[in-house]
Amino acid sequence: MAEENNDNQTNDRRNFLRAGLFLGGSAVAGTILSNTLSASEETSGEKVKVMTAEGQLVEVDRSKIKIATDTLSALANNDERKGIPGKKWVMVIDLSRCKNARKCQSACNKAHALTGPNQWLKVYEMQDNEESSPYWMPKPCLHCDNPPCTKVCPVDATFKREDGIVAIDNERCIGCRFCMAACPYSTRVFNWEEPKQPIHIATGEHTCATSQPRKKGVVEKCDFCPHMLEQGKLPHCVTACPNGVFFMGDENEDTVTNGSETFALSQLLRDKAGYRYMEDLGTKPRVYYLPPVDRLFPFTKEDKEKTEE
Amino acid sequence: MNNSEAEKTALQMKKLKEDMLPKKFSLSGKIWVGVLSLIFVTGLYYYFFRQLREGLIITSMRDYVSWGIYISNFVFFVAISLVGSLISAILKLSNAHWQTPLTRIAEVIAVAGITFAGIIIIVDMGRPERFWHLFVYGRIQSPIIWDVIVITTYLVVSMLLLYIPMIPDIAICRDATPAENKWLKKFYTFLAIGWQGTKEQYKIIENSVKILAVVVIPLAFSIHTVTSWLFATTARPGWDSTNLGAYFISGAFVVGAASVICAMYILREHYKLEKYITLKHFDYMGRLLVLLLLLYLYFNINEYFVPGFKMKKVDADHLNELLTGSYAPLFWSVQIIGMIIPLIVMLFNSGRKPLVMFVLGVMVVVGAWFKRFLIVIPTMMHPYLPMQDVPVEYTHYFPTWPEWSITAASLAGVLLVITFFVRYFPIIPIWETAKEHGIHPEEIK
Ligand code: SF4
Ligand code: SF4
Repeated sequence: MAEENNDNQTNDRRNFLRAGLFLGGSAVAGTILSNTLSASEETSGEKVKVMTAEGQLVEVDRSKIKIATDTLSALANNDERKGIPGKKWVMVIDLSRCKNARKCQSACNKAHALTGPNQWLKVYEMQDNEESSPYWMPKPCLHCDNPPCTKVCPVDATFKREDGIVAIDNERCIGCRFCMAACPYSTRVFNWEEPKQPIHIATGEHTCATSQPRKKGVVEKCDFCPHMLEQGKLPHCVTACPNGVFFMGDENEDTVTNGSETFALSQLLRDKAGYRYMEDLGTKPRVYYLPPVDRLFPFTKEDKEKTEE
Repeated sequence: MNNSEAEKTALQMKKLKEDMLPKKFSLSGKIWVGVLSLIFVTGLYYYFFRQLREGLIITSMRDYVSWGIYISNFVFFVAISLVGSLISAILKLSNAHWQTPLTRIAEVIAVAGITFAGIIIIVDMGRPERFWHLFVYGRIQSPIIWDVIVITTYLVVSMLLLYIPMIPDIAICRDATPAENKWLKKFYTFLAIGWQGTKEQYKIIENSVKILAVVVIPLAFSIHTVTSWLFATTARPGWDSTNLGAYFISGAFVVGAASVICAMYILREHYKLEKYITLKHFDYMGRLLVLLLLLYLYFNINEYFVPGFKMKKVDADHLNELLTGSYAPLFWSVQIIGMIIPLIVMLFNSGRKPLVMFVLGVMVVVGAWFKRFLIVIPTMMHPYLPMQDVPVEYTHYFPTWPEWSITAASLAGVLLVITFFVRYFPIIPIWETAKEHGIHPEEIK
C-alpha cells in the first residue's frame, strides 16, 4: 500500500517536471526545490540544514524536504528512452595503463550510492593463456549495439537508446532476470533486498538518467552516466581514474577523451589495435579495449592482494 | 429390447457407479490431505511473510545463479503437464482404446501442473505486483511473452479437455447426490450444465473432444519448446543448443508418463480399482515408457556427447563440472536411477508389474526433478568472465530453507489439486467405461 502511494507521488512529480522543463536549463532544479519547500503544509518539528541552489545554508523543517537529486535531468520517460539527440556514445578502455587502482569503482559506487556487492563496474584479473602475462581489465556495461539483454526483456524495461546507451527503467522492470541470463558479460546485478541508500535519493524521482532511486526486486547496471553526459561532463569512472585508462566520446564526432588527452577514435583504434571483448558473440559492444601491451605498470602481487582484501 | 436385458444393464450401471463415484476421504486420505496442507501453508507463510517483505534475499539465488530451483521447478511443472496431451490426445487420435481409464488421470495432472507452473513463475519474480506490466508493456519479441501466451492457452484448452468429456459423469454425480446435500447438488447441477444424455449431446461432446485433441498437440509441443527457448536463446554453455527443444519434450513425455503410472498405482490400490486399471494397463504404460526413455536417452547423448567431443572452452568447463566435478554425483544418480535402471527393468515382463512400475515411476519422477535442477543451475555457474570480486556466497548455490519450503508448497499444491479432484469427481470416466462395456449411451444414468 505504501508502495503505491509512493508511485502516485512520483507520477505527479514526473508530470510536474515535464511542465518544468520549459523553464529550461539549470533553473529547473532550483524551481523544484523552492516549489516543494513552499508546497508542504504539515511540519514535523525537526529542523535540518540544507543548501539552496544559490549556495546559502538554510534551516528548514524535515517534512518540507522532498527531493534533492544531483541531476539536471527532468526528461519525460519517452524522451529518456530516446536519449541525447545527435550523440553516439562510445568508450575506450586502455588496458596497458590499468594498475588496479580501483578509483573508477569507488567513484562509481559513490556517485550511484551503490552498496554491498552490487558493483556496476568491476575490475577483473585476466589471463588469456598460461604463457601470457595476467592483466587487469575494468569492465562497465558494454552497451552493446546488438544487446542480448534488451532482446529478451518481456516488458521493454531495458532498452537501447538512440545515443547508444542501454538503459533500465526500474519502475517498469518486473524482476524476471531473463536479461541477466542473457548478458554474456555478467554485467547485470539484482537488488535481492531493499538497497541501502540515503533517504533523499530513496524518496526522489526515478529517472533512467541517474538510475536512482535504486529499487528492491529489479535489475540494475552501469548506465554510462547520462546525467553527466547531458551536462557535457565525463562519467565518474573516467574522471576518477588516476592513470587515464578510460576514454569517453561521441562516435559521430570521432573523438574520445579521458579528460587530459584527446584522440581521434578511429585512429586510436587503428594504431593501438583496439578490439571489442568477445567480438565473436556478435553483441557489438560500444566499449573498445586497447590491448594490454607495453604496460605502464607490471602486474604485481600487491595489486592482487589489494583486491583480495 | 426386452426387460431382462434392461435389468442387466441397470445392474451393470449400478455396479460401475458403486466402484467409481467419488468417495469421502478415508482416514489415510485425511492424513494425506493434512500433511500436504501443512506443507502448503508453510510455503505460503514463507512467501507472503518473508519473501514478499524482504525480497528474494531469503533465497540462495544471487547475481551469478540468478535463476534457481523456482525456475527448475517451473520447467518440471511444464514438463509433467505435457502428459495430458500425450495420453489423452495422441492415444485418442490414434484410436488406442486401452487408455480410456487413464485419460482423466493424465488430464488432471496436466491441469494441476500447468496451473502451478504459472504460479511458481510469479513467485520467482522480483516484482510480482507488476505482473500486469506483461499485458500493458508486453514485447512480442521476448520469449517470456511467447511463454505467457502459450501457457495460458494450454491451460484453457486442457481444462476444457478435462471438463467437456466429464460432463456426463458430472450429471451422474448430480443424480446420485441426495437432495439433502444441498451445496454439493447445486455444485454438480451447475457444472453439468443441463446434461440430459441425449444423442445430440453426446455428438457435441465427441466432436468437441476431437477438435480439442487436435488443437492440444501443437500447443503442448509449443509450451515446452518455448520453455526450452528461455534457455536456448542465450549464449550460455549447456543452454546454447539447437537440440534443447526436442530434448525438453522427450524428457517431458518421460516424466509425464511416469507420473501417470504413479497415480494409477495409488488410485488403484486406494480405491480398489483393479477391475478398471488392469495389469494390461500397466503393461502398456510400461512399454510406452520404455519407448519414451529410449527417445530421451537418444537426446541425452546428443546433448552431452556432441559438445563433449568438441570441448570448446566454456562447454568444457561446464561439462567437466557436470560429469566429473562437483555436480557429478547428482548427475550420474539422475541419469542412472532416473533413466537407465527403469529403462532396463521395464524391458522385462516382470518389470512391468504394478508395484515394480510404481517404484520405477517414482524414481523417474524424482530423477526428472533433479534433472531440471542440473539443466538450470550448473550453467549459471559458468559465465564467460571469471567469477571475481563478489562475496563467497555468490559463487555457489544451495537453496535456502524458505526456498525449499516454497518449492515444496508448489509440489504439495499440485498433489492437493489432484486429491480434491479425485474426492469430488470420478477419476475414471464412468460413461466411457460403460460404453466400452456395451451399454447404450442413452441408458447411462
Ligand atoms: S554488456 Fe550485457 S548488459 Fe550491457 S548491453 Fe551488453 S548484454 Fe546488455
Ligand atoms: S529483469 Fe527487468 S529488465 Fe531484465 S528482462 Fe526482466 S523485466 Fe526486463
